[in-house]
Amino acid sequence: MLRQIEGSRAVAETVARCRPEVVCAYPISPQTHIIEALGEMVKSGALAPCEFVNVESEFAAMSVAIGASAAGARAFTATASQGLLFMMEAVYNASGLGLPIVMTLANRAVGAPINIWNDHSDAMAARDAGWVQLFAETIQEAADLHVQAFRLAEELSVPVMVCMDGFILTHATEQVDLPAADAVDAFLPAYEPRQVLDPDEPYSIGAMVGPEAFEEVRYLAHARQLAALERIPELAEEFAESFGRDSGGLVHPYRSADAEVVVVAMGSVLGTIKDVVDAQREAGHRIGALGITSFRPFPGDAVRNALAGAQRVVVVEKAFSVGFGGVLSTDVAMALSGLPVTLSTVVAGLGGRPITKSSLGNIFTAALRGEAERLTFLDLKTELVVRELERMSVRRRSGPTAENVLRDIGSVGSGIG
Amino acid sequence: MDRVRFYQVGSFAVGNRLVSRDHRTVQSDTARANSLTSGHRACQGCGEALGARYALDAAMRASGGRMVAVNATGCLEVFSTPYPETSWQIAWFHSLFGNAPAVATGVAAALRAKGRDDVRVVAQAGDGGTVDIGFGCLSGMFERNDDVLFVCYDNEAYMNNGVQRSGATPPAARTATTEAVGDHPGNVFGQGKNLPELAVAHRIPYVATATVADLHDLEEKITRAMDIHGARYVHILVPCPLGWGSASQDTVRVARLATQSGLFPLFEAEHGDVVRTTPIRRPAPVGDYLRLQGRFRHLFDADGNPARPDVIAALQAMADRNIARYGLLEPAEPAEPAEPAEPAGHPGGGDGSS
Amino acid sequence: MFEVRFHGRGGQGAVTAADLLALAAFIDGRCAQSFPSFGSERTGAPVVAYCRLAERAIRTREPVVEPDCVVVIDPTLVHQVDLFSGLAADGYVLINSSRRLGALGLGTLAERFRPERLLTVGATEVARRQLGRPLPNAALLGGLAALTAEVSLPAVSAAIRERFGRDGTLAERNVAAASEVFQQARLALTADGRAVLGAPAD
Repeated sequence: MLRQIEGSRAVAETVARCRPEVVCAYPISPQTHIIEALGEMVKSGALAPCEFVNVESEFAAMSVAIGASAAGARAFTATASQGLLFMMEAVYNASGLGLPIVMTLANRAVGAPINIWNDHSDAMAARDAGWVQLFAETIQEAADLHVQAFRLAEELSVPVMVCMDGFILTHATEQVDLPAADAVDAFLPAYEPRQVLDPDEPYSIGAMVGPEAFEEVRYLAHARQLAALERIPELAEEFAESFGRDSGGLVHPYRSADAEVVVVAMGSVLGTIKDVVDAQREAGHRIGALGITSFRPFPGDAVRNALAGAQRVVVVEKAFSVGFGGVLSTDVAMALSGLPVTLSTVVAGLGGRPITKSSLGNIFTAALRGEAERLTFLDLKTELVVRELERMSVRRRSGPTAENVLRDIGSVGSGIG
Repeated sequence: MDRVRFYQVGSFAVGNRLVSRDHRTVQSDTARANSLTSGHRACQGCGEALGARYALDAAMRASGGRMVAVNATGCLEVFSTPYPETSWQIAWFHSLFGNAPAVATGVAAALRAKGRDDVRVVAQAGDGGTVDIGFGCLSGMFERNDDVLFVCYDNEAYMNNGVQRSGATPPAARTATTEAVGDHPGNVFGQGKNLPELAVAHRIPYVATATVADLHDLEEKITRAMDIHGARYVHILVPCPLGWGSASQDTVRVARLATQSGLFPLFEAEHGDVVRTTPIRRPAPVGDYLRLQGRFRHLFDADGNPARPDVIAALQAMADRNIARYGLLEPAEPAEPAEPAEPAGHPGGGDGSS
Repeated sequence: MFEVRFHGRGGQGAVTAADLLALAAFIDGRCAQSFPSFGSERTGAPVVAYCRLAERAIRTREPVVEPDCVVVIDPTLVHQVDLFSGLAADGYVLINSSRRLGALGLGTLAERFRPERLLTVGATEVARRQLGRPLPNAALLGGLAALTAEVSLPAVSAAIRERFGRDGTLAERNVAAASEVFQQARLALTADGRAVLGAPAD
């Protein structure tokens, strides 16, 4: 059913149609509207049978989900940024145990400095935890991915996080076709656990594993993700048949088949990128884009196939590896190794800094000219950086960096000092 | 007529045929669940292994075997599940170190969502996983009144990790991070958390303290707890021969001295009020308790005389404060003479312990 | 594509206004996108919200840097925030105030932009009368509909009803407020190239 709806609301209503049995979460911007909506549905009886647990921390949230999933219930939680990091031990625990929990990650920057706006640093912090990580480009896709996520998670016994850009998608409204309840039921059968806490068939779960077997148990987790690489496109196709639209899958090429330059990105920025690609195509340039939906497992072959014909690849990413360069870029580079493709990294949108068509346009133009730098921090205000570095070289007691830079912005803005 | 107490039918004997069948301990029953069966790797004389077996078998009896256990990381989890073996005969889940209460909450929520609330949930952890790293989750579980019985096995330090101090370590005790050196050897005074009192402050339906020295008492308390729904907490003192430096055959004796000295009061509380206490039957000075443990060795000289009478006096003052606070030396109410139904040798009204 | 930027303060409903506009456009059969740009919850802090209307699906996610219309819910933001940055030369301005542009210190706006596309309306006063509370966001959309014709008044009313659906009285009062502002704006726009409206007393 078509509705003009807020992203968080679309996700909440879709998750509700997936019949979760335990929903638990700790509030954190910008995921709050998702959990509030689900809480209301449980309290009013609209979502039943479902237990909604108001937990005391994100660590507790993932722990409650773990207990619930181990007891055979379909479990859901949501978090962002600091919350994800606070639950990190449990995040690894969930995937190590093979519990099919689904979590919405409303992508938000990780501090210090504290920042509530969107970037991908939180998701990147969990990329080796063994969770499947899917990135939504639109609110529609964010909603749809949850349906596919529960199915994938339960089939393969691997937890899945659906990443959607905080504020940009969670707090925006757009036209969404919410999947009908019966269609979701047909796509997503009841959860049949591989392992479950049951007094009628008691066994121990969560053993310590020593050097003699640890590698094998971990390899099996790896195998689950390799299996996900196969299943993700299959489920996307099945979803398209059932619901009539293209959501999910591993990668989405856009006008990249004959492109000289291909721009790679994840999440909502792809929308802006596509507008710029169209404008530059209109001007006669051979440029395209590649959206990566499945970040983990990383679809190396699909990326390689999509980019093999390009001369230059520009990875626009909302995170970076401090002191080195890109994160997504590193994975893309690995997928392209051996191919004669030049790769540039553009770190953009950190902490919610807007990524404008005009700034992207400049970068793409430079790439088309073969002049793209290896690593660019988009729209970096160099003068602020220089001033702080100067401050630090002059005095030992130079003060907190973040506050210094903010003061600089203030003084520049008001013309004082 | 003075009330005569037949202590020989009390819990000095695990199985005692003089006691009527329904007053015998779960442990004396050959049909007990043996939740924690033999083959585990606990140290000789481990109080925790004893306490866990007592507590879980009682819980299994009370729930008709319909129970799931969630276990935090720690000694109990480690020695009970040496891969690839497990000595648990119940549905058992190893959580993380700090989240056993939260995981148990999740299990209980799942069972409720599935309409299976006949299945009960017991969570268990050592003092570290309860008092320190698990406290946030525990307080959350209490606050929500989740239907979980949480059992803390308190051996007063991070034993599995090498005997480091926890928030439950008593003052003056030697641990690896509170060595018996300097002017204030051992753990300092003025720190530490009293989890049973914190649990009472949460006003949850049931809180109790117990030790492995009083089997009847422990089983009764677990059984009483299992009869209640909502958040429940039982705190069991479990001596650790290794960490406490006590002889492995002294575990029960040391636990008994902890209660008889007043250092570990036995009580039950409901919804924030203490409703029952166990009086001290044979008072003992704290010195008797301390002398049996190597972790307090520095308080005595080679001949066993107090080398730090000031510290011992401070510990005695703590014990005396407990005795006063809980009324542990008050004479027990004499039983009403006209109670013919009581069988001869009944362990005595209200005094479920030795 | 028609891009609108709303300026307000936390608690005045700028975000809701943008969402309502998007919903109204959707009801009118168009594609719409709305999203906020704000910080932590704090009453009184400046808030910006965006809305894009188009005939095809809207893909871009950048903030509205070149709005076709600027709506100012709180006139005290004038001179504190650069409200009109990027506004198209033939863009629209709708300010919630019963005072004239000149009295707001914005007399020069008419020189930079098209005077017949600049409008001030006393939506807060209308809201006070209709709702009993100074919440002008829904009422202002009536003015927006009249000024730009990018959405219809029936669509605005339907959006208000859907959004405040649970509280029928609140919805109807907001619809009444929006209609009143719409009528007044219409009158002003036909009467005078640069219209100022509202109750005499502030």
